[in-house]
Amino acid sequence: MYVYDDFDRQIIQQRVAQFRGQTQRYLAGELTDQEFLPLRLQNGLYIQRLAPMLRVNVPYGMLNSTQLRKLAHIARFYDKGYCHVSTRQNIQFNWPELAEVPNILAELAEVEMHATQSSGNCIRNITSDQFAGIAEDELVDPRPYCEIIRQWSSFHPEFAFLPRKFKIAVTGAEDSDRAATQVHDIGLQLRRSETGEIGFKVLVGGGLGRTPVIGSAIREFLPQAHLLSYLEAILRIYNQLGRRDNKYKARIKILVRAMGAEAFAEKVEAEWQQLKGGHSTLTDEEIERARHFFTLPDYEHLDGARTEAELQAQAAGSKAFSRWLQRNTRGHRQPGYAAVVLSLKPTGVAPGDVTEVQLDNIAELADTYSFGEVRTTHEQNIVLADVKKSALFALWQQAKAAGFATPNIGTLTDMICCPGGDFCSLANAKSIPVAEAIQRRFDDMDYLYDLGDIDLNISGCMNACGHHHVGHIGILGVDKKGEEFYQVQLGGNAGANTTLGRVLGPSFGREEMPAVIQKLLDVYVENRSDDEPFVDTYQRIGLEPFKERVYAKSH
Amino acid sequence: MPSLIKDGAVASDDWCVLEKPEEGQAAAVAVPDQRVIVPLAVWQAQREPLQARRQTLGVWLGPEDSADQLGAEAGEFELLAVHFPTFMDGRGFSTARLLRERYAFNGELRAIGHFIRDQLCYMRRCGFNAFSFAEPIDLQAALASLDDFTEYYQAGTDQPLPLFRRRA
Ligand code: SF4
Repeated sequence: MYVYDDFDRQIIQQRVAQFRGQTQRYLAGELTDQEFLPLRLQNGLYIQRLAPMLRVNVPYGMLNSTQLRKLAHIARFYDKGYCHVSTRQNIQFNWPELAEVPNILAELAEVEMHATQSSGNCIRNITSDQFAGIAEDELVDPRPYCEIIRQWSSFHPEFAFLPRKFKIAVTGAEDSDRAATQVHDIGLQLRRSETGEIGFKVLVGGGLGRTPVIGSAIREFLPQAHLLSYLEAILRIYNQLGRRDNKYKARIKILVRAMGAEAFAEKVEAEWQQLKGGHSTLTDEEIERARHFFTLPDYEHLDGARTEAELQAQAAGSKAFSRWLQRNTRGHRQPGYAAVVLSLKPTGVAPGDVTEVQLDNIAELADTYSFGEVRTTHEQNIVLADVKKSALFALWQQAKAAGFATPNIGTLTDMICCPGGDFCSLANAKSIPVAEAIQRRFDDMDYLYDLGDIDLNISGCMNACGHHHVGHIGILGVDKKGEEFYQVQLGGNAGANTTLGRVLGPSFGREEMPAVIQKLLDVYVENRSDDEPFVDTYQRIGLEPFKERVYAKSH
Repeated sequence: MPSLIKDGAVASDDWCVLEKPEEGQAAAVAVPDQRVIVPLAVWQAQREPLQARRQTLGVWLGPEDSADQLGAEAGEFELLAVHFPTFMDGRGFSTARLLRERYAFNGELRAIGHFIRDQLCYMRRCGFNAFSFAEPIDLQAALASLDDFTEYYQAGTDQPLPLFRRRA
C-alpha cells in the first residue's frame, strides 16, 4: 500500500490549512455560498437533505487497519456512529458539522487519507479492481498506475474547474472488468504489447447518469511512459471544448458524441504530439517506485492442494460454513490463500452502512487474518484480500459474530443501492426502503442460491449512483407529480461485456416492488435451462415474457 | 488609480480594458490613446494601425478564444490578459498555460473578470502573474492565497518538473 513521504505530508497539510481558512472566511461571511460551494465540494463536503455529507476518498479502494480505526473514531466522535461505503469505493459520513470538517480532514491527514476532489467539477478519486494484485485473471497490477494518476490529478492547477466531474478507472485484468472502465469518463485497461511492453487501451466518454453511454476506444495501445501526457491532452481538450452552458450536457461523453469519437481522438492526438516526450513522461524509476508499494505481502508457502482438502473437510461438517465459503470467498493467485468478502448487506441495514464498532471489528479482522489491509468494493462490501485458507473457519465465526457473514455475495440481496431520498438532496425517490423490502421478501437462502448470481442495482434518481443501468435488474426512482415511483430495467451487465439495461415499462409504486421482482424471478425460473444464469436467460428470451407477466391484467 | 495584484504584491494599475464590441464592430471601434487592453477581435481587425503602438497595447482573450489564435505572435506583446466570465469557468487556466508554455509569452499575463482569491495559487501555477478582480476585495489579504501550496505533484508553468523528477 502507498506510504506518504514528507512531500505528500506537506501537500496534504497545506490543503487542510487552506480549507480551514476558507471555512473560517465562510463562517465569518467573507465568502458567499456560491463561492464556497466549489471549495467545499473539492474537499468532499456536500450539503445534503438533512445535514452536510463528507465523502472521504479511499484511493482505488485500499485501506489499512490504522485508517479503519481512524474512520471508526471519526464516526464516533464527529458523526452518529456509522458511515457508508459508496458505489465509488469511498466512505461517506452523513452528519458532520461544517465547522468541524477542517478538524476531520486534519485527523484524516494523520493517517494519510483525504477528501480531496471527492466531489466537484474536477478529477475525482481514481477507482480500480477490488481484487487488484490477487486476481487470477490479472495481467498487470493497476494500483501503481492509480497512485501515479492520483498524484498527478491532486491539486492539478489547470483542471480544477472543468465543465463537470471527471472520473477515471483503471483495470489490470485480462478478461473481466471489475472497475467498470467502460462507463467512466476515461477507462484505462492495462495491456501488454507483442514485445511485452506495458501500456493502456484508452476509452473515453463512457458514463451512466441521464445519458448512459459505453466509452469509445481512442487508442488501442498507449505505452505506459506516456500515461500522464496523454491524460493531460484529453483533459485539456475537454476543459476547452466541453459544454458549459447546460450541466446535463457538460460531461465528456456528450462532447465525444457530438464530435464523434474519431474526431475527438484526432484532437487529442494533435494536443498530445505537443506534450509528448516532455517532463511529465514517466521515468522507469517512478514506475518502479510506485510499484514497490504494491509488492506481494509476506505469504507463507503453503501446499495448495492440502489446504484445499482440509478446507473441504471443514465445509462438509457445516452447511452454513460451506455456503459462506461458496458465496463469500474468491480464488487467489497464491496457493493456500483466498480472498474474503465481508457482506455489508444484512437485511435491515442500509446497503453499505457500517457502524463504528464494526469498523473496529474489520480492522481487527484485517490485522489478524489479512496483513492489516482491506479493500472497499463498488458493490459496497469489504474485501479481506489475503486470508490463509486454514484460517477461514475461524474468520467466518468472528465475521458472523460481527454481522458480516451474511452468505449472500453476488445474490439478489447483495444489491447495490445509493443513499437515495433518505439522505440525498438530488433524489427523486427513496432507495433504501425498496432494498429492505426486497431483502425481507427474499430471505430464503435456499431460494437465493437456487437463483444464483443476480445483480440488482437501485438508484434514487437518474444520476445513477446505484449503477441501475448495468444491473441485471435495475431499479430507478422517478418522480411523478411529486410522488415516488420506480422504473424497472432488465438485462444490464457490468464487467467485460458492459451492456445497458432496457426499460421494462411503466413504473410502479414502492409497495408493489417486491411482487414485481417476484414475477421477474418466476419468469426466469420457468424459462431457464439447466444452470443458466438470470442474465443469460434474459438475453435468450428477451424482454417480452417478463413484460407480459409483470403487466398482465389480473382476472 | 485602481489596484491589482502583480508579481506577488499589491500594485497600481494604469491599464484600461476595452470591452468586447458588438458582432461585426471590431474594425470600427475606437481604441483610446492610452495603455489599453483590447479584445482579440479588435486586435485582429485593426492590426495595421495598432502594430505601431505595442508599448501601450495589450490583448485580452475571452473563454471562447484560444491561445492558438494569437499563436507565435503572443511573444510580441508586453501584456496579455485572459477574461473569466465567472469563476467557475476554467477554460482560462488552459489558455494561460498555452500562452506561456506553447507560445513562449513572457510578459505580464493578467487575469481579468470574475475569479476568487481562492483560485490564485492555481492561476499562478498556470502562468498568471497579475490579477485584476472585477469585484472589490481586500487585495492585501488575498496575497496569502497565492501560496496556498508551495509544493506540487504535477508540472506547471511555475515548476516544469513534476514531483517525481524532483523526489530525492
Ligand atoms: S442516484 Fe440520485 S438519489 Fe441516489 S445518491 Fe445519486 S444523486 Fe442521490
